[in-house]
Amino acid sequence: MDNIPTIRLDNISKQYGKHFAVRDIDLAIGQGECLALVGHNGAGKTTLIKLVLGLIQPTNGQLSIMGNSPQHANFNQLRKDIGFLPEQVLFQTNMTGREILTFYSRLKNANKTEIEPLFERVDLCDAADDKISTYSKGMRQRLGLAQALIGQPKILILDEPTSGLDPLSRQTVYSIIDEVKNAGATVFISSHALTELDDRIDRVAIMNQGQLVALGNVDALRENIGLKSIVKIRVNQADANKLIGHFPAFFDNRNEQKNTVSLACNVKDKVHLLRDILMLGIQLQNIEIDDPSLEQVFMKYTQHDEVTQKKAVLHG
Amino acid sequence: MDKVWTLILKESRDGLRNRWVVMITLVMALLALTLSFLGSAPLGTTSVSPLAVTVVSLSSLSIFFIPLIALLLAYDSIVGEAERGTLTLLLVYPISRNQIIIGKFIAHLFLLSIAIFLGYGAAGLAIAFSAENGFLAHDWQSFIRLILSSIVLGAVFLSVGYVISAAVKDRSTAAAIAIGIWLVFVLLYDMGLLAILAADSEQIMSGELVKWLMLINPTDSYRMYNLTSSNETALLSGMAGLSAEHTVSNLMLGLIMALWVVIPLGLAGFILKRRQI
Repeated sequence: MDNIPTIRLDNISKQYGKHFAVRDIDLAIGQGECLALVGHNGAGKTTLIKLVLGLIQPTNGQLSIMGNSPQHANFNQLRKDIGFLPEQVLFQTNMTGREILTFYSRLKNANKTEIEPLFERVDLCDAADDKISTYSKGMRQRLGLAQALIGQPKILILDEPTSGLDPLSRQTVYSIIDEVKNAGATVFISSHALTELDDRIDRVAIMNQGQLVALGNVDALRENIGLKSIVKIRVNQADANKLIGHFPAFFDNRNEQKNTVSLACNVKDKVHLLRDILMLGIQLQNIEIDDPSLEQVFMKYTQHDEVTQKKAVLHG
Repeated sequence: MDKVWTLILKESRDGLRNRWVVMITLVMALLALTLSFLGSAPLGTTSVSPLAVTVVSLSSLSIFFIPLIALLLAYDSIVGEAERGTLTLLLVYPISRNQIIIGKFIAHLFLLSIAIFLGYGAAGLAIAFSAENGFLAHDWQSFIRLILSSIVLGAVFLSVGYVISAAVKDRSTAAAIAIGIWLVFVLLYDMGLLAILAADSEQIMSGELVKWLMLINPTDSYRMYNLTSSNETALLSGMAGLSAEHTVSNLMLGLIMALWVVIPLGLAGFILKRRQI
């Protein structure tokens, strides 16, 4: 990954009348980076994506995509390097999958030979010549993803790519995202499926009421917000007492019926705590570790009303 | 240009596959044939050519029918794509908003031209073969003028349709406005003009002003162009009495119609550029 940002937003705002859909956003996404944009419905995610795509113009601020402003006349030429999957797209049902991909690949002047491998990649080879009207929702979404991959884009922007998909289709989508990222493309993904994103992304940007309330890698955000890892240990009663006696500062709760003791610690102290527990010499029956999920991080950052007070931008 | 061509191919195939063209062609041919044979029946063996009668009847039919078809083809083209989400997608591709309008326009005009050419052409041929005395060259000339000017009339209302489609937020509003526009141009405008004339008993409005007010409406320009295309059509349509000073050159009529194509088309491109996606 080099350090020149592929997407750069400096103090970007978009106003509709008096309402700010997006406000004072500073964001830089590097080449080969995968950034997830998360936020409640109406938080401004789609507006931000439209700004990045040059579909709408910012009221304030500077925007640079691959070193160019989307408002610049030459930007149209750069569009062939951008792949986009909208949140909802209904392709014409009387066309076949192949006709759809051929149409979009011609608009990008992409090589015709690219189409077949794309069908293979999204697992639609058998349905390539069927009409879209016969496609299931998952198939349509995968076709949309194939469309976004035409011309081997340098920037891939996906708006809710897995919404409404079954687990198998989700896996296909995620493995493609991994491939694209590994090939050096910048991936910008907006999603609600936080749990699934957790270990697939480099950084997360959390939006609330049009503002960026957190930006950084997930671990750093976890640390920053003080969410704890929970270590749940099943031991006999005597060992449970011993455990609690040894780690009073970490004690979280005890379940007598299940014979479990829960200890809470900072994410980064987890390994040390585990080592100390093992050194106690007690007989462990079972051990479970729960790290705070991206979902918890997200909830923590967005549950406060005063967004400006909570603004915590990390550079991880 | 190859991007516009890609869009033209896609839109044309879409229109052909929707059976739009087949349907319109059949309806047009049916109406044209009915009008032609019914219209020429009372003439018997008079000197008036049946094709001239057909031109007069068909141009009256076209004034109602072609604007309606063109508006139906165009009203949905931008706003429909916006609702389906494909407009956003299209705009992310390296194609400009003007190219989108032009591509759609050429494709729709192509579809409309096929329908007009086949529909009216079928009627013309049927009459030609059934006529007793055969046709004179100027009959054909009037007929070809009818077909070409009908295509231009279609182009006018396609352009107007794109303005509506680029400007509104949902399809049902676009459909309602399209029907409203159709009513105004085809019916209400002339009725309004007549009402003004009737009220203007002191003749404040000069004949010249009324003439130009009428010809500003592209459907009236179209009517004038076809009804005065030959002596026979002028005679049949009652235009023969028009004094020389009140006739308008074909060039001027053509210019009015051409402006009605170009200006709304440019306006549609302008509106689409400013449209919030």
